[in-house]
Amino acid sequence: MSKLLKNTIRFLLFILVQVFVLFQMKPLHQFIVPYLYFLYILWLPFNTPRLGLTLIGFLFGLTLDYFTKTPGLHAAPCTLIAYLRPFLINILIRQEGAEQNYGSPSITSMGLAPYATYVFILTLIHNGYLVFLEWIDFGSFIYFLGKVLASTGVSMLLIFVTELLFFRKEKFRTNTP
Amino acid sequence: MRNIFLFIRRYFNFLFFLVLQIVALSFLFRYNKFHEAAFMGVANELTGRVSAKYSNVEYYFHLKKTNESLAAQNEHLLNSLPSNYQAPDSSKQIITDTTRYDTLGTIRRYVWRGARVVNNTVSLQNNYITIHRGEKQGVLKEMGVVSPAGLVGRVVNISENFSVVMTMLNRQSSVSARLRKSGEIGKIQWDGRSPDFVTMINIPKSAPVAKGDSIVTSGYSLSFPPGIMIGTIAEVIDDKTSNFYSLKVKPSTNFYNVEYVTVVDNLQKEEQKKVEEAAKRNQ
Repeated sequence: MSKLLKNTIRFLLFILVQVFVLFQMKPLHQFIVPYLYFLYILWLPFNTPRLGLTLIGFLFGLTLDYFTKTPGLHAAPCTLIAYLRPFLINILIRQEGAEQNYGSPSITSMGLAPYATYVFILTLIHNGYLVFLEWIDFGSFIYFLGKVLASTGVSMLLIFVTELLFFRKEKFRTNTP
Repeated sequence: MRNIFLFIRRYFNFLFFLVLQIVALSFLFRYNKFHEAAFMGVANELTGRVSAKYSNVEYYFHLKKTNESLAAQNEHLLNSLPSNYQAPDSSKQIITDTTRYDTLGTIRRYVWRGARVVNNTVSLQNNYITIHRGEKQGVLKEMGVVSPAGLVGRVVNISENFSVVMTMLNRQSSVSARLRKSGEIGKIQWDGRSPDFVTMINIPKSAPVAKGDSIVTSGYSLSFPPGIMIGTIAEVIDDKTSNFYSLKVKPSTNFYNVEYVTVVDNLQKEEQKKVEEAAKRNQ
């Protein structure tokens, strides 16, 4: 399957799952909102141009926003993590040239610990910025802190389950046939 | 000049990122204030259509509950028909007329239009529902929305065939309400904590309140007729530092499975608005 087609299908699936499954669940607590959709941005291929990455992040967040009728609330954090992603990958990548040999960030291409750090930091930034935007409108500091931590925990759990369920095979690509 | 271009080229990624951030934030704050954003009309049509497809599937799973609530509402309406009552004088008969002016000169004030819910959230801090009825079908902004069980919210955004309704479960929502028993007026808000409860404030401590009392709309609002059920008191919070009670209210509408709603059109809204504004200007 071509990369473009695969990512387009993923785009739609992540949005639909977030809107029609995760947002429909009865909330356990005020602080716990299951966010999974931004995993799409973390899974984009290594060789996506940086400008394109930022734009995709913005459009992806805005699509979700139009479903939840909160234009900008998810678009802003998605743009931020899409912009920060290349910096983080540069720091965390295990060996020289791995981004050429593998298609996209995953446990096999980056190694478990760097990949987990990568996911955790971006999840924290995403949820932090999102809740911060809510906090400007209403809420207290306890609300901010509690919601960031609780949502990040739930997001990490969901991402872990998704990684186990949909294991992505990453082929090692070399120049020699 | 050359340096400026060099600067833009060098930091183009960052500048592009900044521009997108500013666009996103301006969307957000504009929407929070006026409930209008760029492309919202087109986006409404698109997301509404997707949601309608999905809700067609989900609809079957709620059929039983929807039927029960509609049957309960029918029963209530049948019981309130004027023909159920017989006046002591048999020569007198009460007739309800559906035209705008009836022969006695009474003027119609509210028109009700049914609509189906196609999208609904409860888990966010600002929850909205989307209904499959829009500008073409006579829905305008600021109209009230009521479910078979009770109050739902207010229309904030419309497109051709879909409308967005801000429910009571929204941090920006505020509804004028009244205790049915004693008539004290207060305000219904949501603290974002649990979608099972809303809060009623500004009820003086002199008012007799008890668990289980009914809360209804007050009639001070331009969007809702008076006496629409909002919910029942679940807990009376007696704040010692204030002269007012804060009441925890269980909404009578179940926001998890609301399938059909009715949009209320207040035909005298413009007139009331005009006269109120004229009074304000004259001061």
